[in-house]
Amino acid sequence: MDKLLDQFSVGLFFWQIILFLALLFLLRKYAWKPILTSVINREESIKEGLESAELAKKQMRQLKEDNKSLLAEARMERDLIVKEAREAKDNMISEAKDKAKEEGAKMIEAAKSAIQAERNAAVNQLKSQVAELSIQIAEKIIKSEISSNARQQEIISAAMQNAKLN
Amino acid sequence: MMGKKILTLLLLALLFSPFTTFASETVTEQTATDEASVKAGIKKYIAHHLEDSYDFSIWHAMGLEFPLPIILIDEGMHVFSSAKFHHGETVAESEGKFYKIYHAKIYRTDTEGTITIDPETNHPEQIKPWDFSITKNVVSIFLFGLLIFVLFTNVARSYGDTQIPNKLGRFLEPLVIFVRDDIAIPNIGEKNYRRYMGYILTVFFFIWFINLAGLTPLGINVTGNIAVTFALALITFLITQFTAKKSYWMHIFWNPSVPLFMRLPLAAIELLGVFIKPFSLMIRLYANMTAGHVVIMSLIGLLYIFNNWFARGAFLGLTLFLSIIELLVAFLQAYIFAMLTALYFGAAVEESDHH
Repeated sequence: MDKLLDQFSVGLFFWQIILFLALLFLLRKYAWKPILTSVINREESIKEGLESAELAKKQMRQLKEDNKSLLAEARMERDLIVKEAREAKDNMISEAKDKAKEEGAKMIEAAKSAIQAERNAAVNQLKSQVAELSIQIAEKIIKSEISSNARQQEIISAAMQNAKLN
Repeated sequence: MMGKKILTLLLLALLFSPFTTFASETVTEQTATDEASVKAGIKKYIAHHLEDSYDFSIWHAMGLEFPLPIILIDEGMHVFSSAKFHHGETVAESEGKFYKIYHAKIYRTDTEGTITIDPETNHPEQIKPWDFSITKNVVSIFLFGLLIFVLFTNVARSYGDTQIPNKLGRFLEPLVIFVRDDIAIPNIGEKNYRRYMGYILTVFFFIWFINLAGLTPLGINVTGNIAVTFALALITFLITQFTAKKSYWMHIFWNPSVPLFMRLPLAAIELLGVFIKPFSLMIRLYANMTAGHVVIMSLIGLLYIFNNWFARGAFLGLTLFLSIIELLVAFLQAYIFAMLTALYFGAAVEESDHH
C-alpha cells in the first residue's frame, strides 16, 4: 500500500482524467448518440414492420374469408337464378301449351260451325236446285202429257173423278 | 484468402508478442550468465515493465523507441525531451535545474545526480517536482482513445438513412447493444439508463481496448497503473453522487426499513460503503491487470531460467494458454467495471417504492 501511494503518479492521473473526459464527451456526441439512435430507430422500424406484416396477414385472412363467403353467396344466388329461370321456363311452356290448346279448340270449334253452315247452305241450295229441277221436269212432263187433247181429257176426267163435288 | 492468412499470422504474433519483446530486451540487459543474475534481471525487467516510462520503447534492441516530452512544474514550467535522460542514465538539465530519474520517478538533484536515501522511510530525500510529463501511458491512452473514437465515429457515420451498419459496425454494434441490454438496462432500469449510456459505453470500451493493448508487443500497462484506475473509479464515484436521487441518500443516512436505534450505526456503515465501492473498482482492475502481466512475464522468465527443452516447451505452452486467458480477462475486467458502475448508478437512481 505504501509502495502504491509512493508510486502514484499525479501527472498520469491528471492526463487520464483530461483525456478520458475528452474521449467521453467526443464519443457521446459523435458516436454513442448516433449509434444508439440508429439502433433504436431500426429496432422500432423492425417492430413496426413485423406488426404491419402481422396486420397484413390478418387482413389477408379476412379477405380470403370474405372472398369465400362472397363466392358462396354468389354461388347461392346463381343457383337461385337458375332455379327461377327454370321455373319461369316451365311456366312459360305450360302456359303456351294451354293457350295453344285453347286456341286450337277454338279454331276447331269455328271450323266445325263453318263446316255446318257450309253444309246447311249446300243442302239448301241442293234442295232448291232439286225443287227447280223437279219443277222443270214436271213442266216438261206436263207439257208432253198435255200436248194431245185426248190426254188432256183423260186428265181432266181423272181429276174430275177424284174431285168429288159435294 | 491471402488477407485472412496474414491476419491469422498477425494475431498469432500478437499472442507471442510479450515473449518476443521480452526476449530481445533481457538478452541485451543481462551481462552475466549465472542464474542469480538472470533471476535478478527478470525481476527487474518485470518491475520495469509494470512502471510507467518516460520514453516509448517498442523494440529496444532494434532502436525502435521514441523520446517523449517531459513537463515539470518546479518553480516555473520545465518542458524538455526525455532524450536528455538517456533512459535514466544521465542527469537532465533544464533552465538551471538538474533532474534525475530514480525508480521511474523524476527527482531534482545536483549536477552529479546524487540521490540520497533516507534510512527511515527508505525514500529519496530529494524533492519530487510536480510531474505532468507525457509518459508512455499518456501516449497510449491518447492513441487508444483516438482509435476508439475513429472506430466508433466511423460506425456512427456509416448508418445514414438505411440504418444498416457497415462491416465494422456489424462487429462493434452487437457489443454496444450488449452493453446496453446486458449491463445498463438490467442494472439501472429502463427508465433511467439512457443518461448513463455514454459513460458506461466509454468506460467499457476504453478499459477493454487498453487491456487488449497491454497484450500487444507495445508492452504497455495502462490499466495496471493505480493512477489510471483511480481516475476511472473517481469519475464513477462522482457521477454516482451527483446524479443520486433523494431515496439514495435516504437509504444511506436514515434507512426507513430498519429499526430506529439501528439507523445511526447503519448510516456509518453505509457511508463507508459509498467510498469502498469505487475503491474496490480501482483495486480490482489494477490488481487483475497487474497480476496478469506479472504471471505472463514470470512464465516467460522461466523459459530463461530452465535450461532444458522439455521445460521450455512446457512453459511456452503455458504462456500461450495464459495469454489466451488474459484475452478473456481483458474483456472480463472491462465488463465487471462497467457492470458494477451501472449497478452503482442503478442504486443512485432507484425509486424507493419497494419499501
